[in-house]
Amino acid sequence: MAYRVVIVGGGAAGMQTALELKSRGIEPIIVERDIELGGKARGWHKLFPSFTPAGDIMQPIAQRVKDEHIRCFYGQEVIGIASDGVTLRSEERIPADAVVVATGFTLFDAHRKQEYGYGLYDNVITSVDLERMMNGGRVTLTDGSEPKRIAILHCVGSRDEKVGQKHCSKVCCITGVKQAIELKQMFPTADVFNFYMDIRMFGPGYEELYREAQEKYNVHFVRGRISEAAETINKRIQIKAEDTLTGRPLRMTVDMLVLLVGMSANYDNPTLAASAGLPLAPNGYFKANDSFLGVVRSQQEGIFFAGTVTAPKSLADTLAEASLTASAVDQYLKNKYNAK
Amino acid sequence: MARRASWQEYQKEIAADKYYYARSCIRQNFFPGSEKAFLDILSNDLGVDIFDDPLHTSCTGIGYHSDVVPLETIMTVVARQFALMAEAGYENFISSCITSFGIYNEVLSTWEEFPETEERTRRYLKEATGRELVKPRSIAHTSDIMFYHREAIARKAKRRLVNVHTGEPLKVVEHIGCHYAKIFPKSGIGGSEFPYVLAGMIEAWGGDVVDYPERRHCCGFGFRNYLVQANRGSSIANSHKKLESMAPYKPDFIVANCPGCTMFLDKWQYAIAEMDGTTYGANGKGIPVLTYEEMAGLVLGYDPWELGMQFHQVDVEPLLDKLGVEYNPEAKYLGVGGKYIGKPADAAVNCAEQRRLYEIRR
Amino acid sequence: MRNINFGYGISRPRVINMDNNDLRKSNAIIAEMPELQACIGCGSCTASCTAGNLTDFNFRKLHTSVRRGEYKGAYEELSKCMLCGKCRLVCPRGINTRGLVMLIKRKLGDF
Repeated sequence: MAYRVVIVGGGAAGMQTALELKSRGIEPIIVERDIELGGKARGWHKLFPSFTPAGDIMQPIAQRVKDEHIRCFYGQEVIGIASDGVTLRSEERIPADAVVVATGFTLFDAHRKQEYGYGLYDNVITSVDLERMMNGGRVTLTDGSEPKRIAILHCVGSRDEKVGQKHCSKVCCITGVKQAIELKQMFPTADVFNFYMDIRMFGPGYEELYREAQEKYNVHFVRGRISEAAETINKRIQIKAEDTLTGRPLRMTVDMLVLLVGMSANYDNPTLAASAGLPLAPNGYFKANDSFLGVVRSQQEGIFFAGTVTAPKSLADTLAEASLTASAVDQYLKNKYNAK
Repeated sequence: MARRASWQEYQKEIAADKYYYARSCIRQNFFPGSEKAFLDILSNDLGVDIFDDPLHTSCTGIGYHSDVVPLETIMTVVARQFALMAEAGYENFISSCITSFGIYNEVLSTWEEFPETEERTRRYLKEATGRELVKPRSIAHTSDIMFYHREAIARKAKRRLVNVHTGEPLKVVEHIGCHYAKIFPKSGIGGSEFPYVLAGMIEAWGGDVVDYPERRHCCGFGFRNYLVQANRGSSIANSHKKLESMAPYKPDFIVANCPGCTMFLDKWQYAIAEMDGTTYGANGKGIPVLTYEEMAGLVLGYDPWELGMQFHQVDVEPLLDKLGVEYNPEAKYLGVGGKYIGKPADAAVNCAEQRRLYEIRR
Repeated sequence: MRNINFGYGISRPRVINMDNNDLRKSNAIIAEMPELQACIGCGSCTASCTAGNLTDFNFRKLHTSVRRGEYKGAYEELSKCMLCGKCRLVCPRGINTRGLVMLIKRKLGDF
């Protein structure tokens, strides 16, 4: 009989790990809190840096999970993990030979940065809202008109100790560049301003895309954090920042403000970690066994990680890591049962 | 602003009764009627126990923020105020001044973080006055207290913040002193970005709160910036920025909870009008600037001259007319016993033109 | 309005107000030299600048200001440039900085 591995979370990391395990002859079981698979990537419009539709990547993966008849539990919340299985909110226990934690991240709640007026002012939206609008085929202001001037703010809920988010969320810079280009493609005469602290173009093709945004699309990059946003009498957004490269305060009124929301560690990470006696990193993510050869291993034998549960990652990195996780699980099971 | 419920995330405990009242230096001189009105509203209209102690002094906050009063001194002065409160049998300390409110919170928190400073202050207080420091059970600004009782005041209201001629709610700009919640956001109702302390009163009493782009901006008071004449250009520039930003909304009046802000938003309008001819009121004159006690007093039916509203730079009569307040125009500059108290020269921001009784008498 | 000497005036804000700045000249400069937008603010041009080491001429700051529509004084400031061309050699983004000096002067004139 095949070894059985419970995967907590049915997003990109969980699904890909399940497929990789299945191809190794191991029986994966996905436990998903939501009523369907897909995680955060579901509903995303296009992926950086290639502008590949997210569905082109995610739908085949979900289809393969279905075709491979991988068992999935839906609407089930895992409240306890151990190397020999997981415990559900319903107190049901699913025994396993190993467990993979692929619970991902929580989107930073932009309401918490009150100074930007998200949820309060029309036309202050998040990067996720913009993806959904683009997916719906139409980006407009709330009154249905086209934006003529757009500001994109980097690092909302990242590198910000005021909201307990000390880490860099890694993917927002490139998302900001991607969305700026998409906005310029939709509204060629509009002015798009990206307000950034540092531009972190860590991946292949990212720096090239950044340069394309600057040079080809004439996206304006202003180094400085927007300190506050306020609504004007005609429902536009007044923003204040420092243009740190000229050393002067800068203000302008824009039609739309896009907040590039970062990745937060899941709120239930502490309880989940405590159930298995696992440590968390200072930023609240699960702590990998080491930063080099043990990135998918926990400090407990038999419990593994995949994807953004350990740190913010791009979808490409998440999918690549899933293979690594499957390989580590496979190796663990072989060692464990061959030794018997 | 009605969509905004985030203020409920910032709640602090406000005592319901038994207050020890600490006055404000600026307000006693510029808005003496407001402090009296506060005491009258609390004692007479609401029937709560509030003690106005003649023994307490300035908190020395202006001196402290202007670098003439050292930290040790202000801590000892603050300790003495708290000692007086305890001696009078009270434990809920309420401050009429925003600067003081910031100082009290800052000192208490410094004592918390650095216990040796509290010990040192206890020693100084004992040596200097023989008194014992007793820390208050609660600290609140007097606008917090008015906010707390806003529904009770609404129930006793003689009028609402509504234009009697149009039936429309009055458009009110609220301005919160920086040291109310920018130092300790949790010490203010609604936090620092969207303080609700004045907005809550305005809404409870029927007015509409104006959310304008520079709502959160400082009035420019800034201690050194008005104490030193050469720096006043930057002080007035900040009020100027706010007034420019709020004017398109045509506010009926401004209400502030800080002594300095109320003074400067009122008096800088005069200076700006005289400097470059700009006035910000929809009637081509100034925008009246009220204290929250004056706003509450008008709602409760107090006489505007009893509230001390003749002390304002910008005439309040247009607002009184909108509110349907009956007042005696001739009594504006008559003090106790009908004695003429003097009257300011006409200015671009002002509008009261009628000949007054005292002018006829003279 | 009377002539009262208050001893002070209303200080003018030093903010860059993008609502009032006319970006047409700035856009014309960028259209002619799109790679200027690729500046990453590294400061190599200023670091190596012959003039900037002797005066407060700061080329990075200057062209950034021009891109924001702040033209006042730019022409005169650029006259400090000795056109040695070192900035162009060090620019990691390959911007023709030496040409940019002349381009800005030509587009702005004595603003």
